[in-house]
Amino acid sequence: MSESARAAALRDPELRVPFAEALDLVRAAVAAVRDPELRVLSIEELGILRDVRLGPGGRAVVTITPTYLGCPALDVIRADIASAAREAGAAEVEIVTSLSPPWTTDWLTDTAKAKLSAAGIAPPGSPPGVRVLPLVGVPVVGVPVVELPVVGLPVRCPRCGSSDTAEIARAGSTACKALRACRACREPFEHLKDH
Amino acid sequence: MSSSDLYGYVLGLGDDALIAAQRMAEWVTRAPQIEEDAALANIALDLLGQARALLSYAGELEGLGRSEDDLAYLRDEHEFRNVQLVELPNGDFATTIAKMLFFAAYQHLLYTGLSAADDPALAGIAGIAAKAAKETAYHVDHAVTWTLRLGDGTDESHRRMQAGVDEVWPFTHELFEPPPARTGHIKTTGDIETTGDIEPGALRGQWLRLVERVLRDATLRRPEDGWRPAGGRRGVHTEAFGYLVGEMQSLHRAHPGARW
Repeated sequence: MSESARAAALRDPELRVPFAEALDLVRAAVAAVRDPELRVLSIEELGILRDVRLGPGGRAVVTITPTYLGCPALDVIRADIASAAREAGAAEVEIVTSLSPPWTTDWLTDTAKAKLSAAGIAPPGSPPGVRVLPLVGVPVVGVPVVELPVVGLPVRCPRCGSSDTAEIARAGSTACKALRACRACREPFEHLKDH
Repeated sequence: MSSSDLYGYVLGLGDDALIAAQRMAEWVTRAPQIEEDAALANIALDLLGQARALLSYAGELEGLGRSEDDLAYLRDEHEFRNVQLVELPNGDFATTIAKMLFFAAYQHLLYTGLSAADDPALAGIAGIAAKAAKETAYHVDHAVTWTLRLGDGTDESHRRMQAGVDEVWPFTHELFEPPPARTGHIKTTGDIETTGDIEPGALRGQWLRLVERVLRDATLRRPEDGWRPAGGRRGVHTEAFGYLVGEMQSLHRAHPGARW
């Protein structure tokens, strides 16, 4: 059965699509929603999608965690989730925004990072165990100096792989991306900031 | 240690972020470079996001059914609980940077403390604070970069940066005043204890270490502590505030409930 035929079947009370299948259908549709500002990633790959549930009467409850509190793409994401869930057969859609635990770029999978890189966007790059943000007020043993917040590690050029890159503008085309240039291949590129 | 009403506390933090965002947004199309225009707009956007989360939560705590929009658009001047620092006119770019440095450092340290606070009454803001702590780290970084560049730049940029620091400094004291005691009309939200890292005195100690280090590296003089204007947390605001509120609310007042 095609996706649309299955979705239509889900809406038909006479056909009684098994619950597990209905949930799978809605979950798959919601998970496939693209992030409007990072079109190469789905909201699942970006780590925004936390949970999809299906209640009585085909009511879907989708929980998301925003990347930034003021992310302007959030309204578009909500609308896209709602229409994707409805197309997949949900009768009603509720979208819950959960702030805790807070989203972090650590939630990006390696696959997601590779997709970003392939699209010319340098992925956030903190190696596991290294805390990038922030270092305010951390006392250094024996040195009574206050550390300033340290933002980011050396960023590699997504085209040539050189780590000899420089930031041109902290705020790029969107709030979550900075604009950088590679000194080796001379190409400008975007960088999804560590968060 | 001081005891304060949770609703009033959250409202104050939300108003700080809202008014700082509104002021910062005045720079859009007026910043010295297009990159800076984008940066200031993005910082304002972060602050607006914090304000929305905090004011929504304040509305829930109050329990009278007021939404974030009701709180932002349908209160009068004296009902706002933001510190006066965030309502000050932008002045020149250096004054704006001084304001951003002082305010972002305060927000960052406070949010970091709140995200780890023990008080169960503060659990509701811990999630917002954890997110906002990361955002404000970038704001601090941005302000520090400009403070160093202007302070340790030309004679003219140094003069202007120092003038901005001197002008804004007195208003930083209000950031570290103990939250006002409960007013009585809210019965359900409980008291909070501002202790540990978020205790105002301890917070100011951390803040001074950060700010003094930046000023020193930027070859700027740390102003003397003298005049300490305050009152924003009790609804007492500066003359400039009325104009800001008037502009912020004009559309919503003229077309109640207007939506994009």
